[in-house]
Amino acid sequence: MTALEHASSLTHSPQRVRLDRGTITSLLFGLLGVALIAGAAPAIDSTTRRFNLERPPNPAGIGFHPPTWIIAISVLYLVTAVLGFSPHAARRWAGLARVLSALSLVPLALVLSLALSDNPGTNVVNLFSQSFVLATPLALGATTGLWSERAGIINIGIEGTMLASAGVGYMTYALLGAASSTGWLWFSILISVMAGGLVASLHAVLSIRFGVNQIVSGVVINLFALGLTGFLRSEVIFRTGNTSGVSTSDVGLPLLSSIPVVGDQLFRGGPIYWMMYLVVFGTWLVMFRTPWGLRVRSCGENPHAAETLGINVLRIRYQSVILGGLIAGLAGAWFSMESQGGFEDNMTNAAGFIALAALIFGKWTPWGAFGGALLFGFSRALGTRLQFLGVEVSGFEIPSEFFQSLPFVVTLVVVAGAVGRSVGPAAAGMPFQKSR
Amino acid sequence: MANSVLEVDNVTKTFPGVVANEDVSLTLNEGEIHCLLGENGAGKSTLVNMVFGLYRPDRGTIRVRGQDAHFEDSGDAIARGIGMVHQHFQLIPVFTVAENIILGNEVTKGALLDLAAARRQIHALAERYGLAVDPDATVGDLSVGEQQRVELVKALFRDADILILDEPTAVLTPGEVDDFFGVVQSLTQQGKSIIFITHKLREVLAVADRITVLRAGRVVGSTTAEGTTQQSLANLMVGRDVVFQVEKTTAQPGAAAMQTRGLRVQDDRGLETVTGLDMEVRSGEIFGIAGVEGNGQRELVEAVCGMRPATGGRVEMLGRDTTDWNPRRVNELGVAHIPENRSKHGVVAQYSIADNLVLNRYSQTKFSRRGVRNTSAIDTEAAALMEQFDVRATGASAALSTLSGGNQQKVVVARELTGDLRILVVAQPTRGLDVGSIEFIHRQIIELRDRGAAVLLVSAELDEIMALSDRIGVMYRGRLAATVDAADATREELGLLMATGSSSATDREQQ
Repeated sequence: MTALEHASSLTHSPQRVRLDRGTITSLLFGLLGVALIAGAAPAIDSTTRRFNLERPPNPAGIGFHPPTWIIAISVLYLVTAVLGFSPHAARRWAGLARVLSALSLVPLALVLSLALSDNPGTNVVNLFSQSFVLATPLALGATTGLWSERAGIINIGIEGTMLASAGVGYMTYALLGAASSTGWLWFSILISVMAGGLVASLHAVLSIRFGVNQIVSGVVINLFALGLTGFLRSEVIFRTGNTSGVSTSDVGLPLLSSIPVVGDQLFRGGPIYWMMYLVVFGTWLVMFRTPWGLRVRSCGENPHAAETLGINVLRIRYQSVILGGLIAGLAGAWFSMESQGGFEDNMTNAAGFIALAALIFGKWTPWGAFGGALLFGFSRALGTRLQFLGVEVSGFEIPSEFFQSLPFVVTLVVVAGAVGRSVGPAAAGMPFQKSR
Repeated sequence: MANSVLEVDNVTKTFPGVVANEDVSLTLNEGEIHCLLGENGAGKSTLVNMVFGLYRPDRGTIRVRGQDAHFEDSGDAIARGIGMVHQHFQLIPVFTVAENIILGNEVTKGALLDLAAARRQIHALAERYGLAVDPDATVGDLSVGEQQRVELVKALFRDADILILDEPTAVLTPGEVDDFFGVVQSLTQQGKSIIFITHKLREVLAVADRITVLRAGRVVGSTTAEGTTQQSLANLMVGRDVVFQVEKTTAQPGAAAMQTRGLRVQDDRGLETVTGLDMEVRSGEIFGIAGVEGNGQRELVEAVCGMRPATGGRVEMLGRDTTDWNPRRVNELGVAHIPENRSKHGVVAQYSIADNLVLNRYSQTKFSRRGVRNTSAIDTEAAALMEQFDVRATGASAALSTLSGGNQQKVVVARELTGDLRILVVAQPTRGLDVGSIEFIHRQIIELRDRGAAVLLVSAELDEIMALSDRIGVMYRGRLAATVDAADATREELGLLMATGSSSATDREQQ
């Protein structure tokens, strides 16, 4: 056998196609594609709809023809299915096709809903800017998880940390500063951040000092925060009479916010929203470009190796978990002092858990997690938008609860299907004991 | 007289229930290679971990260059010029080589890491000591030998002049071991002093200037390489006369009991590590598979035993196509498996010894009735097996985790070798065991062969393969590069096959 024949016999050996997560996802997309082409495309109202770029009246916009879009997306799904089951080299494109298919679910939902409603158009720029804003607590929460888990401490208490700091922050505002200067608002935001750090230090002490199972500790924090803030709202905030207050005022980026049509919608937002970008960038910079960041990551991957190099693993873990908590505190302030002025029970509404999904989606990197947060922020904004559009299928109006569940459905599909295996820090969840 | 750079003076260290080191003393001279020899559990690692600041001695003193050393952590030891290459590499697989090397002693520009400067320093070190490393490679992708070089550069990067090497050759091929000795000798020529831990006698005599032997936490002898022999070192180490040669008669092989045809298997990362392997094991013979770890041995064993699906090809055992059978079905055909990773695949550490001994037979009517365990029958069986296989424990009801590694392995061997056995698949049967347990387990495997079973033996220890096997297959990149009669095989030939997949340099060029 010559070398050439030898090589080709290796590459051309047919591989058995297995029914794993990837191929099943491809199959599902294929079935969806068939259903859309056969069922939806012919039946749908073919009147032109518009994607508007600004608010009414007379908004600028782009017209489109719903059946054409639906068929185009269906073809993508069919290609995904074919690639997923192709036995040869083409299979390496299957993963990319699955990701594209998953992302195209969003325009598909938008096109379908618009075609099924009475509205001739909807403002898509506003939809995008809403997505960015709603991604704020998710990106901050994912960054919290990033700091904690990169140092080796699993943190499912992000939800509780955010909720507790939202409550404590607003309580401070209600007690001290309601109706006076915005200086007190900023003081309360600071208290919120500190509260986040405090709750995180509880998690740190439980899981680092006492070696409590980190999942249990996180669950405890979530339950504790729910109870604590419920108590604070009814017994403290309610009694002050300041149940609603002012929220931070929007800031526009110079120059960018004066771009015609879209500038003011895309480049104007609250201060915590803008801080989110700084936090994500700063996290990336510190974690991947500084000595301390390198040490944090080493503690999450192989704490024993770090110890043999004279690194104080326990101290690094404390620092990193608490830093994450401060970030979660900022996210909490976003809920009660930027998104709205006031505190409601369970107002974080599972954002802390979706933030964890964004973290996994982003493979434990700051920008990846930010991308995940954006995706989930978008699905949340979309869910809200669809409620307003009033979508009807054969005269039956789809209930709003269906659209509220959209972010969770997207989370499930994205995390389970298209992303594939995402491997976190090797030592996350494992208590570390110093040699002595 | 030579300068001593390190003195360990009457050091004692106890862990709960165990005296790991008792009045141990040791002197390391400048520029020498000092071998620390002893069985597993003799206290070698405890001793060097104290020198490296990971443990603190209960009593006694450690002096570095004449000054008392009270190390709080290994950072203190590093600051005094001590470097250690651990038996289990202390590397971070997802980091690059450069990141691993600078971790803890980062090179910075302002507040940020300066990886470019780090790269230059690493290149300079690599050149000076002849340790080729690529600073930008990801450590997890490197071979074991390369990872070891990274560990050495890591120590040298911290200006270590006292190097502790904990069983550095356990993971290397014979060829790599020779290269490694070259590196070690060039290090001493540049003024480094080395403590070299091993339990391989051949290496001790090849490389050591002086030798200290530990047994049960005490120093039982100190000598020079010229003044001793393998036999006397072994006797000192074990505390009695040791028989090196495994006694066995010539094999009487029968028909093929196990065959693979074009077998293909993937590892956990989805890479194909068994790449079309053909193999035949006959009843009444031991077929040994030699090879550097990571050439597909693990996946081969798991595929044969039903623990990992084949992506192509066939496995036949006792005339039946057993490809992709589940482990239980394979087991019920009369195939026993002593797995490589005892704690992961061989035992349930929290269960009692008795339950571990019947893990593969608990559902047989003898041990269970209508879904309820027959504890008295299990206990009787366990007592008999513990007697027969010399398992030393406080009782059959003790948790398996309370046993030493050697006794745990005997439990696995006892369980797997009981019953109507036609084929035995055994991987790394004596890894980490002491000389006494090794002798015992080797005898059991040979007895089984003499009773007519087919044995597939996978081991990273070339000595073990050569001592036990009747035929030897050398596995290289997922296939058998060659199959030789054990009687004709030489260490050198096998070593070359393991390293290059071919038995001579000319063959290699023709390919």
